[in-house]
Amino acid sequence: MSSQATSRPATTYVVRDSVTMLRRNLLHWLRYPSLAIMLVAQPILFLLLFVYVFGATLGAGLPGVPGGGDRGDYLVFITPGILIMAVVSVALGTAVEVALDMTGGIIARFRTMDIAKVSVLTGHVIGAVLKTLFAVLVTLAVALLLGYRSEARPGQWLMALGLLVLMAFAMTWLTVGMGLVADSVETASNTPLFLMLLPFLSSGFVPADEMPWGLRQFAEYQPFTPMIDSLRALTTGESAGSDLWLAIGWSVLLATAGYLWSRRQFTKVPTR
Amino acid sequence: MSRNTAISVAGLHKRYGDDDVLTGVDLDVPEGSVYALLGPNGAGKTTVVNICSTLLAADAGEIRVAGYDVQRESDQVRRSIGVTGQFSAIDDFHTGRENLKLMADLNHLERSRAKAVIDDLLERFELADAAGRRAQTYSGGMRRRLDLAMTLIGSPRLIFLDEPTSGLDPRSRRELWQIVREQVADGVTVLLTTQYLDEADQLAHRVGVLDGGRIVAEGTPAQLKSRVPGGHVEVQFIDAARLSDVAAVLPEATPDEESLTLRLANDGVASLRRLLDHLDDDVVAGLTVQSADLDDVFLALTGHAADTQDGAGAENGMEAVR
Repeated sequence: MSSQATSRPATTYVVRDSVTMLRRNLLHWLRYPSLAIMLVAQPILFLLLFVYVFGATLGAGLPGVPGGGDRGDYLVFITPGILIMAVVSVALGTAVEVALDMTGGIIARFRTMDIAKVSVLTGHVIGAVLKTLFAVLVTLAVALLLGYRSEARPGQWLMALGLLVLMAFAMTWLTVGMGLVADSVETASNTPLFLMLLPFLSSGFVPADEMPWGLRQFAEYQPFTPMIDSLRALTTGESAGSDLWLAIGWSVLLATAGYLWSRRQFTKVPTR
Repeated sequence: MSRNTAISVAGLHKRYGDDDVLTGVDLDVPEGSVYALLGPNGAGKTTVVNICSTLLAADAGEIRVAGYDVQRESDQVRRSIGVTGQFSAIDDFHTGRENLKLMADLNHLERSRAKAVIDDLLERFELADAAGRRAQTYSGGMRRRLDLAMTLIGSPRLIFLDEPTSGLDPRSRRELWQIVREQVADGVTVLLTTQYLDEADQLAHRVGVLDGGRIVAEGTPAQLKSRVPGGHVEVQFIDAARLSDVAAVLPEATPDEESLTLRLANDGVASLRRLLDHLDDDVVAGLTVQSADLDDVFLALTGHAADTQDGAGAENGMEAVR
């Protein structure tokens, strides 16, 4: 029997197994579109809510707009924050998908197979990044329909999309970890909800300068603020400056931490 | 370890918190044989399978599967085994064919070969008609067959089946048994767990009775049965009329119209003589003296019934009546 098994490095099939798992992940979206629709709809609903319900009033309070802004100015102001919500929204879905996988029987099958272990996770992560791009583009299309216009150059938009992809990696590896440690699908859908709240406590919807002291400190130092500020600078055709490096740094840090945490959770042989 | 030992387990201990699940299990499964771990719910059968299939770490013990140490050489072990767990390990959102394709990809089969293997499995497991339907819509029996087909796609030489037929109707059970027998005929080694005594009797070369975290008895089904005295006598009649004639004068006997047999408890020479008094040569097609079945064995060995809960017992009973 031992002659049946040929020796080969365990990493040989990482790419192939990851592609297989990615295909499985994307097929789930096609077969279970209601979750996909909900995740994509979430940032769009926030966009509509903020522009049409709060937009006129909040726009009037925007600093730096001569004579006070209007709904259109506010749309430009919040679009970066809304794009980040699209990233977070898909990441929340990933936590649920991972938990669904882990609580089902098929994961035991994968664990007893000689496959690149991390492919189970990379399938989710690459799938999530593709879905995030899709959600971001749909959200952006809706913003354009509402009258959003950008003065940024194509190169800056490419950088903005690149930054969004990087953030998607960061958020997704974190939510994969949350999905792995969750003991139920319900827990997995609740744990990452705070990520949805964080953009509100940043410079995404009102300038952080106008927040009360404690909140302002939090808003200034939390990762979403440099991310949103960079996106805002890039999409309005300005220079993002040091915010861009902060945003990239945060994303790389969160992605690495999330990856290491998730990999550890997934590859350890459970003792019970 | 000898070359032809597929699974060897020595001194396996496993504890969950304060709960000793396995307290020194020893197993030896020769290549090409079927070993059944028999025991009630909670006896630790699944824990043994999970440890042998690298899903769970043991607390103590020497466990070698396909010649490899399950802890130090888990990749090699995984390369050699196929596992069908107790809970359905299929992707509900995929069709039957897509599930098999997923497994073919993960087994790194070539595309053309994968197609041939998948078509063959769909055909053999009677899933060809349902191949394009989502697994979600499959019946219990179909799910188990798909599950097993997914396990077999990489042609493992050693398979673990954890309660392969629990919850299945009698017909699906027999179909699944047939599939397992075909694998065994091809030389595949099988470790199965079951709480169905007739299942172990039907499939296994050797049976280990697991109770309270230990193997309390081990042997061939026949050896285990011989440990319990008694059993029964079975007479096969040539037609239904003769059967009912004799059944009428022996009220303690159980007739089975379908198989034309009469079953009578064997409690010694006296009961045999009484039966023979009512039999003529020309009405009897066959006569067998049966030792106890595994149900009797379990009760005698462990002091309690094998299965006391849920529908499993009832289904088992139904199977016995047939």
